[in-house]
Parts: sequence; C-alpha cells; structure tokens
Amino acid sequence: DTSLGEANSFSPSMPISPSSMINQYKFEDEPELRDLFITVDDPESHITAIETFITYRVVTKTSRGEFDSSEYEVRRRYQDFLWLKSKLEEAHPTLIIPPLPEKFIMKGMVERFNDEFIETRRKALHKFLNRIADHPTLTFNEDFKIFLTAQAWELSSHKKQGPGLLSRMGQTVRAVASSVRGGVKNRPEMFTEMNDYMETFSQKINVLDKIAHRIYKEEREYFNEMKEYGPIHTLWSASEEDIADSLKGVASCIDKCCKATEKRMAGLSENLLPILHEYVLYSEILMGVLKRRDQIQGELDSKVDALANKKTEKDLFSEEIGKLEDKLECANNALKADWDRWKQNMQCDMRSTFSNVAENNLRYYEECLATWESFLASQTVDLHVEEDSEDRP
Amino acid sequence: MEDCLAKKMEITVSEAEKRTGRNAMNMQETYTAYLIETRAVESQSEGQCAPVDSLWRRYSEFELLRNYLSVTYPHIVVPPLPEKRADFVWHKLSADNMDPDFVERRRIGLENFLLRVASHPVLCQDKIFYSFLTQEGGWKEMVNETGFQLKADSRVKALNATFRVKNPDKRFTELKHYSDELQSVISHLLRVRARVADRLYGVYKVHGNYGRVFSEWSAIEKEMGDGLQSAGHHMDVYAASIDDILEEEEHYADQLKEYLFYAEALRAVCRKHELMQYDLEMAAQDLTSKKQQCEELATGTVRTFSLKGMTSKLFGQETPEQREAKIKVLEEQIQEGEEQLKAKNLEGRDFVKSAWADIERFKEQKNHDLKEALISYAVMQISMCKKGIQVVCLAKECFSKM
Repeated sequence: DTSLGEANSFSPSMPISPSSMINQYKFEDEPELRDLFITVDDPESHITAIETFITYRVVTKTSRGEFDSSEYEVRRRYQDFLWLKSKLEEAHPTLIIPPLPEKFIMKGMVERFNDEFIETRRKALHKFLNRIADHPTLTFNEDFKIFLTAQAWELSSHKKQGPGLLSRMGQTVRAVASSVRGGVKNRPEMFTEMNDYMETFSQKINVLDKIAHRIYKEEREYFNEMKEYGPIHTLWSASEEDIADSLKGVASCIDKCCKATEKRMAGLSENLLPILHEYVLYSEILMGVLKRRDQIQGELDSKVDALANKKTEKDLFSEEIGKLEDKLECANNALKADWDRWKQNMQCDMRSTFSNVAENNLRYYEECLATWESFLASQTVDLHVEEDSEDRP
Repeated sequence: MEDCLAKKMEITVSEAEKRTGRNAMNMQETYTAYLIETRAVESQSEGQCAPVDSLWRRYSEFELLRNYLSVTYPHIVVPPLPEKRADFVWHKLSADNMDPDFVERRRIGLENFLLRVASHPVLCQDKIFYSFLTQEGGWKEMVNETGFQLKADSRVKALNATFRVKNPDKRFTELKHYSDELQSVISHLLRVRARVADRLYGVYKVHGNYGRVFSEWSAIEKEMGDGLQSAGHHMDVYAASIDDILEEEEHYADQLKEYLFYAEALRAVCRKHELMQYDLEMAAQDLTSKKQQCEELATGTVRTFSLKGMTSKLFGQETPEQREAKIKVLEEQIQEGEEQLKAKNLEGRDFVKSAWADIERFKEQKNHDLKEALISYAVMQISMCKKGIQVVCLAKECFSKM
C-alpha cells in the first residue's frame, strides 16, 4: 500500500490537503514535529491585454507563532517563485537553494501552456516550497513568509522595495570579477573535495538524465508497435474456426501487456524523470554555491594581500579583514552543514526513486506474466480435453 | 495412418557448409551445401545402431524436388520450402543469405521440409523423394528423365481458367479465399512482429547504459557506491538477456512463415481444380456443339447460325454423300468426345475427392501446429517475464541498500 506511506511533502502528485499531511509526515532530518505545511495546486490561466499567464494556488497551514493566522491561501505566478528564489540566494549565498522548474522546456514541448507542462511545473513548484519549508535556516526567511502570506498587491509592493535591478547587476559584476581573481588558492581541502565531487556528479547525473529519457522514448515506440500487434490476431481469428479462440486469447494478452507498458512508462515519467531533472538543476546550483563561497574567500584573500602591501591604514584594514573572516567562517559552516544535509537527501531521493522504478518494472512483468500464464492454462485445459476425447473409442 | 517413411527412417539435415564452384555459365559462385543424414529405424536390440548414410544437397536441388512433387501430385498440399531470401528482418537480423544465423535457420527449415514430406502418406512413397535422400549422384538426371516439366501447367492457362471457369466446386472457391486471407494476415503479423522485436531490443539495450554510469558514479560515493555498482551489473545482465529471447522468437516466426508459404500450396491445389473444371466445361461445350451440328446435318434444319450453313446457302447444298461423310466424321468425334468427357469427369471427381481428403488432413495439421506455435509463444513470453522479474528484483534490492 503506497498511498499513505509515501504521502509526504515530497510526493505532490496526490492532492493532499496540508491538514492531512500532519499525520503522514515522514521525518527527514528534523526530529521535532513539522509546523508548516504547504500545497501548490489549482492552476488557473489569466488573460490580460498584454499577456497570458498561469497562477497557482498556494495554501499554507501553520502553527508557528510568527504567523498571524494559522491558514493562508494566496495565488502566485512563476515570476513570484523566481523572485523568491533570487531573494533567498541573496540572503544566503552559500546555502543550497532548491531548484525551480525551468522557464521553458527545451525538448519536446511545443506549447507553453499544455496540461502536461503545467502539471509538471506545479509538482516542481510544490516541491520547491516544501524543500524550503524543511530547510532549517531558509524556513525562517522573511521573504519566504511574505511569499506564503501576502496578498497579490502586498507582494508586488514588497518586491519593489528590494535592491533595484542596477544594484543586482552590480553584484553580478562584482561576483564575476572576484571569481576571476580566485579564492581557490587558500581553499580548504574540504571544499576542493566538494568541487571535485560536484564535477563528477554533475557529469553523471546529466548522462543519467539522458539515459532515462532514452528509455522512455524506446518504451513509447515499443508501446506504439504493440498497439498494432494485438488486433492482427483478432483479425486472423475471423478466418479461422478451430484456432480462433487461441488467436483471440493471444490478442487479448498482447493488449493487456500493451496497457501494462503504458503504466510502466507513466511510472518512469512521474518518478524518475522529474527527480533526475531536479538533480541536474541541483548540480548547477551546487556549483554556483561553491563558486560563491570561493568569491567570499577571494574577497578576504585579496584584502589580506592588500594589507600585506600597505603599511598604513592597518587598523582599518584589520577591522574589514576581521569582518570578512567572520563572513567566511559563517559561509563555510553554513555550506558544510547544508552540504551534508543535501547529500543525505540526495541519497534518500535516489534510493527511493530507483527503488520505485524497479518496483514499477516489477509490477509490469508480474502483470504480463499473469496474463500469459492464464492464457496458457486455458490452452492446456483445451488440449487435455482434446486428448481425452481422442482416447475414447 | 499407414506406415510412412518418417517412421522407418531417421532424417536430419545436420550440417551446412559454404562451397565455391562454377555455375552453368562457368562463373564462380558461392553457395551453401546441406548435409542430409539418414538412418534406418530398426528395433534397437543390444544397443545395435544402424549405420548413417549421408549426402550433400544444395537449396536448388530442394527446389527441384519440390517442383517435381507439386507437378506430380497436384491434388496434394505439398509442404513448402523455407524462404529463399531472408524476409521480415528486423535491424539486428541480417538479410544476407550467407549470414550464419540465416543459414542455420534455413537448415532447420529444410530438415522440417523433409520430415513433412516423409510423414505424408502419399508423398513419402515417391521414388524420386527416396533417391533424393539416398542417392547422391545422378539424381538430377533421374528427375529430369521423369519429364515432369512437360506435365506442368502453364501459368497463362491457369490464369485463364481461373477467370473463365463457370462451376467450380464451391469448397475450392472458399478455400482459395481462405488461403488469400491467411497469406495476407500472416504477412502482416510477421511484419509487425519484426518491428515489435526491434523496439523491444531497443528498450533492453538502452538499460545497459546504466551499468557504466552507475559504476563511474559509485566511485565518488561512499555509502551509495556498492548499491549503485551492483545495480549497474544487474542492468547489464538485463540488457544482455534480450539476445537469447529474440533468437528464440525467430523460431516462432519461422513456424508462422511455414504456414504463410503453405497458403501458396493450398492455392496451387485450388488452381489445379479450376483448370480441370474449366477443361471439363470446354470439353462438354465442344461436345454439345458437335452434337448440334450432327443433328442439323441429319435433319436438314439449321437451328443455329453457322458458317457452313451460310456457305451451303450461297454455294448450293451439299450432295447427300458429302453430308453422310460429314455426319460420320462428326459421329466418330462425338463418340470420342463422350469417352473423353467421361474420363475427364471421372478424373475431375477423383481429383476433388483425393484433394479434399488431403486438404482435411492439412487443416488438422495446420490447426494443431498453429495452436502449438501460439502456446510456445506464450511460454516464451512467460520465460521473458520471469527473467525480467528475477533481474529487477535483484536490482531493487541493490537500490534499497543504497
């Protein structure tokens, strides 16, 4: 029975209300009971003179004191999620912010607003918010709270308050500049290991993503051919007498296996493909986080080098360096903790996803086996009846 | 069932060998020769085994044998030969006649052909067939000496008869339709089966890609490493398993193919009936018109328009002596014609009787064989599912330990 056990915040395919989640939560890394439950559902399209866009309903149920109410319902569009992500990245440059579904899907999707695309995006957005809610630090972020609770007009006015586009650009320029300068020189061993790990992981996860898509494609082509295969036997049975039943039996088996293949494919596209895609995005995010840590290191290093050259204004520099050293230490600790957490979750996700896929394949084969075995049983019964009637004088 | 050759003699086509030689135009050619081994089935007492006789034959000699049998026994549904060229191939199979897998399947098909003939109550008694199995040299000359090629009906004649025959036995007309349907539906089935096989191959082989990636990924993981590595190994096993599965399925396809070709043999018997029936109808028509001519000459009345009648009107009546002579000739012809018609009628009825008997025998054989084939297909699917379950279970265990 998979419905209850797996109905946690990370399987958004079931329309679970936040209240029902209270009893079914599976502990990830926090021993205390969860006090924030979020669902993303009910996509609605809005058509204005300028544009067409989709909003999603975000329902929050909470027992936290910081929240004025225990229940919130707001509507958010993709842009709002993007805003939230960038605010979180700003506030916590060396924390691992969960991935958002991409703006556009490169392969296969023709229409931006077809149902499959919207549903995939909805699930991913649901996961995004829940991962933030589960994060020991991010869950208390102020922008996150506003995202969950503010009405539409409140949110837009809040958005306008933040650092403007120009200053954001300035940050990016500085970031690029300092990345050129390094931060690699004095990088602690631990982070070099992380970098090496991420490079390989990134490679492998991308290949896995491709393999999974390939498998899906091959299964679909097999399904398409199978659809035609069964009916030919039925057609044949129309010209036969003695073997008509056997032919119809085979036709029915093939049709059932065809349906089982469809389920197998669905399992792949609902379980494996989204997870692998998320971890492809995660690998980019992690590389970014490591880079940002290096930048902070780089800032410190360049200031230290500058101090070595300047004999005057030592005190001023020392204060600055002191601040940077603290900043670096914080960043390093935050990253280390988050890294460990991420690895744990990754392992868990991979274990459960691949187990699910295997379970799925198992069910597929068991269904097909049962179909053919029952056909065989029906045929051999007939044969025995025939043999008996032949023996009689 | 009478004691047929198959019960007295063990027949196998045990080997295939590539040969080079010179053909009729003295050009070098490569062909495959097949070794036919025969051994008398004697009551094996005290472990005594009869000696094995063997000789080599090539495909064209099998074709010659079959042509001879088809012409000599037109009322029999003659077993078909395996295909001359590889048809209904999917991408992994070769369409090359020299491909070892094709040769191997052809070897089995040729053995099957010989066994079919040897277990046929009528065909197994044929001397030419017996010599094919036992006499290496001079067999071709022996076949040609029977002059069977002369007995063969021309295609044109047969086609003409098919269109013009007025009263064929309804059962043969139905049988012809059935054989058309059978041919069409089996062709279609084989084509789609080949495509399904192709796709299935793709699904399995792509899973093989997991193996290497998992292995490389496991190198950077501490806790997950073992699980990934062993799961990858199982994926490799899974991917490799499809080769044997599809090879087995080829034998199933060959069983269907045999009946695809049998459809042609059925049609040949129907055509022969139509030809004989048409011949009979033409002979009866000819006899009727001669009788009419005779009557007109005897009574002097011209009932139907005839050129003779016109010319006699234009050029004057014939003398009574001339008329007498003509009548006599016609009466002789009529008598001959009636005897011929009687013989043809008898021939026709015999043909229908013996052909239909063989067709009933064939129907039983076909129903039995095809049902067995479908059952064996189900068995293959079951085996494939069980193998799949086994491997996936093992992989699942590995994943759960990650």
